[in-house]
Amino acid sequence: MAIHRHDNHKSANAFMEWVDRRLPVTKVWNEHLAEYYAAKNFNFWYYFGSLSLLILVIQILTGIFLTMHYKPDAALAFASVEYIMRDVPYGWLVRYLHSTGASAFFVVVYLHMFRGLIYGSHREPRELVWLIGCVIFVALMAEAFMGYLLPWGNMSYWGAQVIISLFDVIPYFGPLLTEWIRGDFVISDATLNRFFAFHVIMLPLILVALVFLHLVALHQVGSNNPDGIDIFEHVDENGKPLDGVAFHPYYTVKDIVGVCGFLIIYLGVVFFAPEFGGIFLEKDNFAPANPLQTPPDIVPLWYFTPYYSILRANTFNFFWIDAKVWGVVFMALSLIVFFLLPWLDRSPVKSIRYRSQPFKIALVIFLAAFFLLGWLGMNPVTPTNTLLAQIGTVAYFGFFFLMPWFTSIGKTKPVPDRVTGDEH
Amino acid sequence: MTDNSVSEPTVEDQKRRRFLTGITAGFGAVGGAIAVTPFALSMMPSERAKNAGAPVQYDYSKIQPGAMVKVEWRGKPVVLLNRTEEMMLGLEEIESNLADPTSLVSVQPPYAQNDARADVSKPEMLVMLGVCTHLGCSPVEKLAIGPDPEMGDDSQGGFFCPCHGSKFDLSGRVYLNVPATSNMEIPPYQYEGDIITIGKDTERVA
Repeated sequence: MAIHRHDNHKSANAFMEWVDRRLPVTKVWNEHLAEYYAAKNFNFWYYFGSLSLLILVIQILTGIFLTMHYKPDAALAFASVEYIMRDVPYGWLVRYLHSTGASAFFVVVYLHMFRGLIYGSHREPRELVWLIGCVIFVALMAEAFMGYLLPWGNMSYWGAQVIISLFDVIPYFGPLLTEWIRGDFVISDATLNRFFAFHVIMLPLILVALVFLHLVALHQVGSNNPDGIDIFEHVDENGKPLDGVAFHPYYTVKDIVGVCGFLIIYLGVVFFAPEFGGIFLEKDNFAPANPLQTPPDIVPLWYFTPYYSILRANTFNFFWIDAKVWGVVFMALSLIVFFLLPWLDRSPVKSIRYRSQPFKIALVIFLAAFFLLGWLGMNPVTPTNTLLAQIGTVAYFGFFFLMPWFTSIGKTKPVPDRVTGDEH
Repeated sequence: MTDNSVSEPTVEDQKRRRFLTGITAGFGAVGGAIAVTPFALSMMPSERAKNAGAPVQYDYSKIQPGAMVKVEWRGKPVVLLNRTEEMMLGLEEIESNLADPTSLVSVQPPYAQNDARADVSKPEMLVMLGVCTHLGCSPVEKLAIGPDPEMGDDSQGGFFCPCHGSKFDLSGRVYLNVPATSNMEIPPYQYEGDIITIGKDTERVA
């Protein structure tokens, strides 16, 4: 028996050798998994990278099955979604996995970005990892926005109307550009059809390519850790970092725990609260698109609300330029500032564990502003809400533009030489 | 015997090489731009979409004073509001609160550039694209005169955009300090007996 097994092993080796001479499977496996060393003190926050990858796969798979029944035609789209919900076997499940997946994607990506922010993962030498991540975030917003038009509900229709009209403020080219995007003078069948093409082909391809680049750039410089220190400064005689563990099996197994926890929550929502009280699937979207009737309370999906609040916060005409133009400029700027983060942060330390007090205070104010803007974006415009949105907008931008100042003042704590954490 | 040795390129050769590489890349870029053009233009409105903008007709005599209907023209809502005398008087009272009371920067046919923003033969009839000039939502009518949670305490009636809170009066004129900065658009229109034609004013009776 032993001999037989040995033979099997030998032939498996011979097979892999044959493959490896032609395709570097073992080399890639080792470089990116079995011999990719990451700090041994990864905590809870480090689940969200692998979880976003999992959701990308869920969205692509459920999306493929939805396209088998969905009709990208203004006359048929709304009914085809109802058909999926009522008549297609398990269609309700596939659709709720996809619609809940969209919200889960943003929850996980926001937590992943916050992890980067608090542990300084945007800092040198990981600037490109952060920048590619920012592009992924913008592409994901475009993907979600276009996907939301496809059910052709009334909120789909008017949400798209508002967002596409943003391009109208561009001087001279604006109106031509909006016609080009819509393919018509109003949101119509042409718009729905092309958004379908972008949502199911163009943006998924771009997202997958960007995620690949994000990982290649990460593995080029190595993963950060909760202490924000370089684990390659202390290596053993083989060049293996003393504070590092191989990604596989250590972090693949750890991430499986994260996946189980995530699936419990995600499937809990899918089965018991897929509409999530009108936050994941909005009430007005259960009525078909009506070009003559804007829903009384038009709100974008929750993950866009902070930027939406910034858009409508401004009511002043600065420098003889319309308030409306400034609103759009501020909204664009609210996303652009993420790209500038690696160069706005001047702190001598990376991790929040050793940062100065002013940074921690600014971070709390920023979080409060972000949640306030998010909440306001789901609520109607009143004079009080507009004032709150203006305060929130100032705090939001203050966090970024005052960062070079507040990260260079205050006393930072000494950074340890080796990663911290209990021995297990 | 063949001589396989390659002599070092001279400075002159290198210059020629750079020039030829530059020219080739340049022509490649021009070709690429030409190849992209038909794809980009294929996304413009099609002939069918362009032809869908025919005028619409409506029997306006059915609209009682104080009543409003919406008619679809080119996929957009057109508001037909038969304003009462009280509504017409309110238009003057709020002029100081408006951003463009005389409709200088707003879009309307010349015959509608007045306080009522309407054809002088029927000034009480407001014919207006019910599309907010901020980001294209359809403002909600607030026809009642008097305090309103969204229009304010001294409201003379008007339109309120639920998307971003822009306010307009009963002539579609925009208030100061709201996101929108110009009045709602007045489409071309003409009357023939009881019929109004929206989208066409070539046979207007002045």
